[in-house]
Amino acid sequence: MDTFISLVSGLCLLSGCVLAISSGIGLLRFPDFYTRMHAVGVSDTLVTALILIGLMLQLPDGIVVTKLVIILLMTLFINPTASHALAKAAIQSGLVPILNKEDEGKGEDTPSKT
Amino acid sequence: MLIIATIAILVVMFMAILRGNIGPTFYDRILAVNMFGTKTVLLICLLGFVMGRPEFLDIAMVYALISFISVIAVLHYVDSFNAKHDAHDVQHGEEDR
Amino acid sequence: MLLGVYGLLSASFFVAMDAVDVAFTEASVGAGISTILMLTTIAITGRSELASHYRPTLALILVLIIGGLLIYGTMDMPYFGFAEAPANLHVSPRYIHDSMQEIGVPNLVTAVLASYRGFDTFGEVVVIFTAGVGVVVLLGLPGRRDENDAEIELINTSMHEQHLVVRIVSKVLIPFILLFAFYVQFHGDFGPGGGFQAGVIFASAIILYALLFGLSTARRIINQPLVQLLSGVGVLVYGSVGLVSMLNGGNFLDYSVLSSDPIAGQHLGILLIELGVGCTVASVMVIIFFKFADRKEALHYKPRETK
Repeated sequence: MDTFISLVSGLCLLSGCVLAISSGIGLLRFPDFYTRMHAVGVSDTLVTALILIGLMLQLPDGIVVTKLVIILLMTLFINPTASHALAKAAIQSGLVPILNKEDEGKGEDTPSKT
Repeated sequence: MLIIATIAILVVMFMAILRGNIGPTFYDRILAVNMFGTKTVLLICLLGFVMGRPEFLDIAMVYALISFISVIAVLHYVDSFNAKHDAHDVQHGEEDR
Repeated sequence: MLLGVYGLLSASFFVAMDAVDVAFTEASVGAGISTILMLTTIAITGRSELASHYRPTLALILVLIIGGLLIYGTMDMPYFGFAEAPANLHVSPRYIHDSMQEIGVPNLVTAVLASYRGFDTFGEVVVIFTAGVGVVVLLGLPGRRDENDAEIELINTSMHEQHLVVRIVSKVLIPFILLFAFYVQFHGDFGPGGGFQAGVIFASAIILYALLFGLSTARRIINQPLVQLLSGVGVLVYGSVGLVSMLNGGNFLDYSVLSSDPIAGQHLGILLIELGVGCTVASVMVIIFFKFADRKEALHYKPRETK
């Protein structure tokens, strides 16, 4: 049972690491802002969840697990919200998703109305 | 295992810093910083476990909250920044004419 | 913006050095508040500096000389982590060995900060209070124009309807942030934390509210004169604890005489002064933010008005 738990926790940590590194590569290599945002925003929450769950299994101790659960919940709330706000702000400032590499950049700034 | 995870997170943080430096638009930088914040939370948790001091989790909690607040603040000010610059540009244009 | 990263980085550095409390402070102050305040300042002043024709050669020479002297001074200082350094010979062992018996607080840093070095901390609190007073004096707008208010209100509501998701999530989060601030405040005896950090976290929750729901709404909830009063009350609480201990026959800020049992007295004293510190820090941060943001709004909407 003990080895099983440590195996599962190791698996969680490892997959979290792989995802994290792939999201980092995505952040560096993707051509424009929205694809980068996709790479980061999607993977970030899952990475956090996986690693925190892995840590929870490492040390099943009351207060530590409680704190980890609180952190996990907060991340689950915060991360998508921040990504949402960021994407919304970007699209409102006129940053259009273009797949041509050179055409990106700040478009027309439309002040937020309506 | 924990050490490997820590190193992986450090590598990702480094990537985020790179993107933050070269990021062509302002939003890229904010995205990088946001990612950096979440990764720092994870790093602090992991370090706490590596060193066997679970008090670090408090810091991680503060971090998660604070980085959210600062991202929101930055976005807010970028918005008002753009509006202000527009106003200025319009004014200057009128003066030039 | 990358300043925030610097804050995060240095906090991880402190974590790596096992300095929990310092990392905590850096996390809350360096990454959160200072970034926000810097941004508000930039928003007030504009991004580019005015070109100045004044060449401060004299000042440069002065700075170089003083910097050189300081570097020369550090040469005499013991190496980092040097075991024979004076601080490590006399002071630290006493703190480490005796604080459990003398203070009875598990967190060593809190014991040193609040009890052994209570006077220094008092000075820090006074400095923060002075900063708040300075900002109020310098940036205090005498009276706000009402016709401006309505317009700002309109723009704010239109702007904030777009942030619907963020608003709702923040509404859920803010109580937790406030609760967490109190946890940090009163848990400072046992874990990392204390008045400074708690004050900053509390203030950042209020700032988050003000950012998302508009300044005027926040101003309706948070009574400005009350906050200004609180910042003074914090300093007064700290100082009066010292005075009371003096009246009870001890030294200034010597909490052992506050109660019949010295340990209980220390606990009471530390709790009270941490409360004072938290009060002052939170209210001063809120004051500074509100003054800056007020200023920004007043400047920001002026062009629109004149047109």
